[in-house]
Amino acid sequence: MSILVDKDTKVIVQGITGSEGRFHAERMLEYGTQVVAGMTPGKGGQEVLGVPVFDTLAEAVEQTGANASVIFVPPAGAADAVMEASAAGLGVVVCITEGIPTLDMVKVKHFVNDHGTVLIGPNCPGIISPGQTKLGIMPGPIHKQGSVGVVSRSGTLTYEVVDQLTRAGLGQSTCVGIGGDPIIGQNFLDILRRFNADDRTEAVVMIGEIGGRAEEDAAEYVKAEFKKPVFGFIAGRTAPPGRRMGHAGAIISGKSGTAEDKLAAMREAGIHVVETLGELGETVRRTLK
Amino acid sequence: MKIHEFQAKALFRRYGIPVPEGSAAQTAAEIKEMSRNLGGRVAVKAQIHAGGRGKGGGVKVVEGPDAAFGAAEAMLGRPLVTAQTGPLGQIVRQILVEAAHPFKHEYYVGLTIDRTLARPVFMVSPAGGMDIEEVAEKTPELIFKEAVDPRTGLLPFQCRNLAAKLGWGQALFRSGSSLFANLYRLFTELDASLLEINPLVLTEDDKLLALDAKINFDDNALFRHPELGELADPYEVDPLELEAGRYGLNYIRLDGNIGAMVNGAGLAMATMDLIKQAGAEPANFLDVGGGANAEMIANGFRIILSDERVKALLINIFGGILRCDVLAKGVIEAASKEKVSVPIIIRLEGTNVEEGRRLLDESGLTFAVAGDLKEAAEKVAALVRD
Repeated sequence: MSILVDKDTKVIVQGITGSEGRFHAERMLEYGTQVVAGMTPGKGGQEVLGVPVFDTLAEAVEQTGANASVIFVPPAGAADAVMEASAAGLGVVVCITEGIPTLDMVKVKHFVNDHGTVLIGPNCPGIISPGQTKLGIMPGPIHKQGSVGVVSRSGTLTYEVVDQLTRAGLGQSTCVGIGGDPIIGQNFLDILRRFNADDRTEAVVMIGEIGGRAEEDAAEYVKAEFKKPVFGFIAGRTAPPGRRMGHAGAIISGKSGTAEDKLAAMREAGIHVVETLGELGETVRRTLK
Repeated sequence: MKIHEFQAKALFRRYGIPVPEGSAAQTAAEIKEMSRNLGGRVAVKAQIHAGGRGKGGGVKVVEGPDAAFGAAEAMLGRPLVTAQTGPLGQIVRQILVEAAHPFKHEYYVGLTIDRTLARPVFMVSPAGGMDIEEVAEKTPELIFKEAVDPRTGLLPFQCRNLAAKLGWGQALFRSGSSLFANLYRLFTELDASLLEINPLVLTEDDKLLALDAKINFDDNALFRHPELGELADPYEVDPLELEAGRYGLNYIRLDGNIGAMVNGAGLAMATMDLIKQAGAEPANFLDVGGGANAEMIANGFRIILSDERVKALLINIFGGILRCDVLAKGVIEAASKEKVSVPIIIRLEGTNVEEGRRLLDESGLTFAVAGDLKEAAEKVAALVRD
């Protein structure tokens, strides 16, 4: 029914005493997510929204048996927060924080790989398995339980796509926002592997953007091994080279990272490329029928 | 963040990376005086952030103070057009003058982060002085890479590998190795995102010297290097972009005439594309961000419309954290303060959408509503036709 997280996932909210952490912890609880603990150094012993707060991740895990976390910690401390969660043995860590220094993420990436942690983000909306659980900041009501997997580098653009799918009568198995930074925990390729192995996911929508070559790598994998229909969209076809388009990762440098290269790689791999965003939901519906 | 060559060279000096003696000034008279002190042949170099200055006429090697004065005067206060500046060029306000050393070989040395490997990677080539992307395309065998494991840092054998690839004999092993080690130290200590020396030269007297220097810093890490913020040059940034930045808005000016206000970078890019597909050209990229308040929206609205080329405005908001009613209040507030003479198309969806639409309906503002993105695109296209 889903990848990475489901209704049994027990979640710690890191930074739950901050305004963002608290706001989204409440939305997650409303959605049905099992938020079993909060964590903020120096605030241990308190309760927020009826959830116990701990000083350290290790304590929180020991006391509650949590196996995942969502991080709302400011950029200066976010890398440390991810590594603390990873060292405490959590299987899935979602980092929402935007603006983490790239060299911090270089260290984090190797650390979480060494510890076998699946890191989603940073600078991402998180993961939702509709009808079961959400670990993130996406609006719950636009989602619908179903069998289309969604993987994306963006936030609101993903909401747009999900909304179109839901309106077209297509529910989602899991939607993963992998994040808009140059270095992220899980890439398209990693998430596609999981969708490939998930019996309940029947098709995948992949939302890429300019910069890097993660879409090209994913396209190669789709061509070689992926067994289900994939739909692809790339944002930033009109972006000028050398300008960072909001996301730290969305920049065309020299001749690399252009939308044209990515679209060509996708077509080459047999991915259904969606040209106009407004028609994405309908295109997927028509093709899958 | 980008900085000027003379600023990058000052940082190189601090990190023990050899650069020619020289300094920067804003008048030709000062350049003349500096040239006299340096003596002999000097390089007069226009300081703008864009690359390709040599081909654009922004670098002159001349003999004597009078020639340096002439070269500086020809550049100062005038736009320098290069392959990277766009057709209008960038006004030259500062000049770097340095001693010109005769050299026998040019190399390329770069250091950046490879996203896929998640490691800093040195890229070097014995084919220096040329456009490195062209070298990579035509003669990839002339480019050598060495990725650094962040858990160990740059290791001595890696420095020797790089030196060997550049054909440096034993005489240069030591100075070459320390050059790489110092570059890596600068990169990691100051959170650079790109270091480039093109060319690094071997002088006639067998010394390595960085004739050019380029450093980009990671914007996300500037909070821990407040001293670097002072190196920013406001003249290199579009005034509207500068103003938007002060309000926490992510605005980039483009060449078209359809303004766009969107929440979220991905959706903002997709909206630009949609305008283009409708047959028009976007005037800007504007991401008001996830948690924008009414004041930020109002400022964004005002900034877009203060661009005289804007003939229409498309507002595309998918409310998540940013609620549609907050967006509506911001737009109404901004529109009440100044005369809006261009058509506005609004597409709202998501959190509190009914309240947002109601506020807009009751505001007395004239605007067109688009039910979805397809309709928004059609309405933009209709404007273009009219």
